[in-house]
Amino acid sequence: MQERLLEVRNLKKYFSTKKGLLHAVDDVNFFINKGETLGLVGESGCGKSTTGRVVLRLLEATGGEIIFEDKDILQFSKDEMREMRKEMQIVFQDPFASLNPRMSVSEIIAEPLRVNKIYKDKIDMSKRVAELMDTVGLAERLVNTYPHELDGGRRQRIGIARALALKPKFIVQDEPVSALDVSIQAQILNLMDDLQKEFSLTYLFISHDLSVVKHVSDRIAVMYLGKIVELSDYKSMFKEPKHPYTQALLSAIPVPSIEVKRERIILEGDVPSPINPPEGCRFYGRCRYRQPICNEKTPELEDIGNDRFVACHFTNNLKEATV
Amino acid sequence: MENNKNLIEIKDLSIHYIVEGEGTVRAVEDMNLEIGKGETLGLVGETGAGKTTTALGIMQLVPNPPGKIVNGEIYFEGENLITKSPAELRKIRGNKISMIFQDPMTSLNPVMTVGEQIAEVVKLHQKVNAAQAIERAKEMLEKVGIPADRHKEYPHQFSGGMRQRVVIAIALACNPTLLIADEPTTALDVTIQAQVLDLMKHLKDEFNTSMLLITHDLGVVAEVCDKVAIMYAGNVIEYTDKKRLYTEPRHPYTIGLFGSIPNAEEDEERLNPIKGLMPDPTNIPSGCPFHPRCPKAMDVCSERKPKNTEIEPGHFVKCLLFEENVK
Ligand SMILES: Nc1ncnc2c1ncn2[C@@H]1O[C@H](COP(=O)(O)OP(=O)(O)OP(=O)(O)O)[C@@H](O)[C@H]1O
Ligand SMILES: Nc1ncnc2c1ncn2[C@@H]1O[C@H](COP(=O)(O)OP(=O)(O)OP(=O)(O)O)[C@@H](O)[C@H]1O
Ligand code: SF4
Ligand code: SF4
Ligand SMILES: [Mg+2]
Ligand SMILES: [Mg+2]
Repeated sequence: MQERLLEVRNLKKYFSTKKGLLHAVDDVNFFINKGETLGLVGESGCGKSTTGRVVLRLLEATGGEIIFEDKDILQFSKDEMREMRKEMQIVFQDPFASLNPRMSVSEIIAEPLRVNKIYKDKIDMSKRVAELMDTVGLAERLVNTYPHELDGGRRQRIGIARALALKPKFIVQDEPVSALDVSIQAQILNLMDDLQKEFSLTYLFISHDLSVVKHVSDRIAVMYLGKIVELSDYKSMFKEPKHPYTQALLSAIPVPSIEVKRERIILEGDVPSPINPPEGCRFYGRCRYRQPICNEKTPELEDIGNDRFVACHFTNNLKEATV
Repeated sequence: MENNKNLIEIKDLSIHYIVEGEGTVRAVEDMNLEIGKGETLGLVGETGAGKTTTALGIMQLVPNPPGKIVNGEIYFEGENLITKSPAELRKIRGNKISMIFQDPMTSLNPVMTVGEQIAEVVKLHQKVNAAQAIERAKEMLEKVGIPADRHKEYPHQFSGGMRQRVVIAIALACNPTLLIADEPTTALDVTIQAQVLDLMKHLKDEFNTSMLLITHDLGVVAEVCDKVAIMYAGNVIEYTDKKRLYTEPRHPYTIGLFGSIPNAEEDEERLNPIKGLMPDPTNIPSGCPFHPRCPKAMDVCSERKPKNTEIEPGHFVKCLLFEENVK
């Protein structure tokens, strides 16, 4: 039996805006087992980063539960949360924006150690920094350089070393390779794979790149406008996507091969506004299988067997629209 | 000499940027490419490879200084663009060659309606009055899937994908013979990218437009192109038709690129990345610029510049492994 590290129940994050309440994350449910990677995919603005940040309490949730090792961390005090942060880290997309330009490589990596007063002795701390640099493949000679002197791949290695400093169990990877060239992206993806095995890490891997998500994930959650519409192991999802949105999304991936020709589903229209969304399926306006009930009742994420979950009124029973 | 079937032929083109205090960037080196009528060539490479500079070279828009075309010819419909006067070039640009720039969101004017923006291009290059130009603009909007009655709206009233379609409408408004598209879908979500690529393929077929498609995405190339050129540090290191490139890539860098990308159709356990980093553009390695990263490098690779070798009819590779008299 696999052990759960994290479970999220009915998680909500609303932002108040001039035009009304923006439902960035709306009733999201998922769990992640120890040592596993859950991929979170979806198009720009669907709520991936917000989900990642709320799970780490970098943003306060509007509602729901976040169970980490059997405890609801939303009930934690500030002090308890500070302890908990050591277990839960994040790596951001833009390594440049997320690193303090006035700090050297060693200062950046040492910062979490310093803030949490892990080492009394400066020499011990430098040893740990050297060890971390070695772990992520940063040459020792770079220890006193600054982020702007380094390329994107090395900057991302700094971000990873900083995230590893406190020996976390769980890391949210928010588009960690999206800003990198493909040859460098592959180096970083392999590094993260090695680190996961070496330190038994659990990842929430956020990306809009479906090929990358498929490569790194054990299971994948697909988000659309603040909701998870499908969640299952990567193999079944790619073999037989169930939700009409997942079907369209997977069919749109440009595949670097001329042998496979895919039947492409071109979606009509654009993503609707996340502000005060009406009751009903959020994919309604673009779904070619929509039926009258879809516009009245919001489909829940339901267990359809074999650990697969789908939020659609007509799963396994899709028929071309009549409305 | 130049082949009549080809719309454009680039011969031995070299473009350098001379940067005060930093040195010379050899952004494009000894480039030889051609695009036939109705054909699409994909130009692929990582950051700084020289893709945009190639496009600016064809448009004769390389910023000078610091940039300079130091060698070569660019034949368009049999005539060398490099020897054309500024007035002649202005006529060609937009009329016969148009370009979609890398950052499309900034290429729309925020205070002009999208209809006016398309009409302006039409008026500049065709003898039509204002009313006819607006009619043509509305037609183009319909063509890119935007209802014509939205022509009086401003760019901010459209989504990212729709704005990109407006940019395409502007680029195609004059029915160019060559369209240069610099990363036209990179900023878009995949479902919107699929819409836009679908549209571009459609319009290309309808108007028999030739296209130079610049991208770093080998998936997009597989989707749209007929031929592919792979660039590394200013050099086209492999150039052939799409089928050969995807089934028999030969240059170690091309092979490395394929090893680096996860493929949604396959279940690879591990990626095979290219080791090392991109070279410093002002200090490109001697000999073959790829040698410090190449798994097949030989001693000679740091000394000798590889020549463009035709290893099979129509399949060109710049690598010493394929040259005779190299041991
Ligand atoms: N601080 C904020 N205030 C108001 N709205 C916000 C805030 N942060 C995010 N949003 C909105 O919440 C929604 C989800 O945003 P989020 O950044 O989580 O999306 P995402 O899936 O990570 O997108 P991307 O792929 O572009 O990174 C969007 O509509 C966004 O505009
Ligand atoms: N105006 C300029 N002045 C100096 N160097 C330049 C200039 N424009 C480009 N370069 C340099 O020329 C080289 C080629 O740049 P280019 O923009 O053509 O690359 P690219 O392949 O389009 O890259 P990207 O994928 O990042 O768009 C790079 O090393 C770049 O830094
Ligand atoms: S619930 Fe209805 S509208 Fe929503 S995805 Fe299913 S069929 Fe389509
Ligand atoms: S010339 Fe040498 S270094 Fe360059 S790609 Fe060929 S084998 Fe590799
Ligand atoms: Mg995000
Ligand atoms: Mg460019």
